[in-house]
Amino acid sequence: MSGECATGARREMAVPASRVACGACCTMVEQLGVRIHGRTILENINLHVHCGELLTIIGPNGAGKTTLLRALINELPHSGRLRFSAIRDGRSVAQAVIGYVPQKLDIDRSMPVTVMELFAAAAGRRPVFFGVSRRVRETAIHNLEAVEAGQLADRPLGRLSGGELQRVMLALALAPKPDILLLDEPLASVDHAGVAAFYRTVAAVRAQRDMAVIMVSHNLAEAARIATRMVFLNRTIVCEGAPAEVLAHPLVQATFGTSAWRVEAT
Amino acid sequence: MVCAAASHVQCCDLPDMQMSAKLLSALPFEWAQYQFMQMALTGIVILAPLFAILGCLVISNQMAFFADAIGHSALTGIALGVLAGLHEPLWAMLVFAVMLAAAIAWLRHKQLAPADAVIGLVMSGTVALGIVLLSRQGGFHRYARYLVGDILTIAPADVRRVGALALGVVLLLAWQYNRIVLVILHRPLAASRGVCVWRTELLFTVLIAVSVTLSIAWMGLLVINSLLILPAAAARNLARSAAAYVLWAVAISLTSGIGGVIASYYLSSATGATIVLCALLLFGVSVVVRR
Repeated sequence: MSGECATGARREMAVPASRVACGACCTMVEQLGVRIHGRTILENINLHVHCGELLTIIGPNGAGKTTLLRALINELPHSGRLRFSAIRDGRSVAQAVIGYVPQKLDIDRSMPVTVMELFAAAAGRRPVFFGVSRRVRETAIHNLEAVEAGQLADRPLGRLSGGELQRVMLALALAPKPDILLLDEPLASVDHAGVAAFYRTVAAVRAQRDMAVIMVSHNLAEAARIATRMVFLNRTIVCEGAPAEVLAHPLVQATFGTSAWRVEAT
Repeated sequence: MVCAAASHVQCCDLPDMQMSAKLLSALPFEWAQYQFMQMALTGIVILAPLFAILGCLVISNQMAFFADAIGHSALTGIALGVLAGLHEPLWAMLVFAVMLAAAIAWLRHKQLAPADAVIGLVMSGTVALGIVLLSRQGGFHRYARYLVGDILTIAPADVRRVGALALGVVLLLAWQYNRIVLVILHRPLAASRGVCVWRTELLFTVLIAVSVTLSIAWMGLLVINSLLILPAAAARNLARSAAAYVLWAVAISLTSGIGGVIASYYLSSATGATIVLCALLLFGVSVVVRR
């Protein structure tokens, strides 16, 4: 446990008491910046997230929300860094396991791959055309059942509905158990029942498995309801704090309108 | 007649070649007695599975056009080999194709230009450069065999060399297969699983380049790409899982390869093109079966 974590905890006294924190792990994003073709997309991002927290990121279109997540998983070149520290089995760990649920619709659906084979491809090097080992199969079924998707195991990816695909992606992100779960507008095109099931699952795994969740959301009402903390992002962090505080911030209201999030809530 | 060109093939002196030759000559067909047919069939049995597995990934990754460009760039590779005074242009072709593949993968990675435009430029540029260099002294016809391919003139030593390289490519491909699948399905998802997307794509690109270059002299650069695309495209119509996808592609590739070699014997036609027509036939069958 490093000193920065303790400092960070003091800084975040405003965080609601409902949060479940193990106090043994923390994720720090330090001075993160992204430039693409000479254009600054993100700059000077500093974030501090504890396990058990659910941080939602809101912001206007083009604010860099998706870019931030893609930088955190190291898909995009960026400056600054992601630091992680935890105590696991009595030893200190510096490498975070990251689970990532992408936005829907941009997966290649034309390729013949079953849900089970997707898990196998992510689990190891044994080529998927040689079949799926029993160990991988059991883990996958277990994780799929946790998100109410056990019956989808042998379906081709191309034949899943939007909500089903999102639950499969969530189950995949949970195997192996992540320290940080990144959700990129996971529900942009999911029906109402699917949204409810998804949030139920996220809440359950967050409580059971003690991980930090960072979620990008377009739905302000939903983001405010489930978050323990909220960040308003527009190329950099404009403000952060408890959801009610952030939504009351003048810049947030100027962006979304004073009552935008209440309207969406209905 | 294409078959006549095969008369210079020397005797089988390698034990593994003798075995496949013995097996084939036991068959009650006229063609099975000729050494050039035995070599051609051995060669196609080596290449067909490699192309099938590679093809499954290539058509999922918008790499088909790229594979075609690599095939065409072989002309420049041959020209460079000839200029360097090499007796056998295979190595020059391999080095050139790998360098080109790495360059294209880098441009793709940096997103410096639209991929299609870059590949199109590279393709026309390398073909033109190859033709200019090879036709400079007259006598371009000597290299025409690279355009249509000539699997019936391969010597046992060729089969052995290409077989060893192909085995290496298949092993690397199997080792990286899952990672390539993840990158194809979703790059950010692959990155979040600790896959270095850029390195995986580079390796995949180089493997395509090596495989295509290896078989240019046998298949011909005009049709090589179809051999990559058609079996996988047909398999997509039949398969619902990744395992079935690869199995179907390998089966279709082997069937059209062996069928094409035998058919070209009776038709006295260029073997590479005949194989492609067989694959096209099977693709048609797969479209009908799907409905």
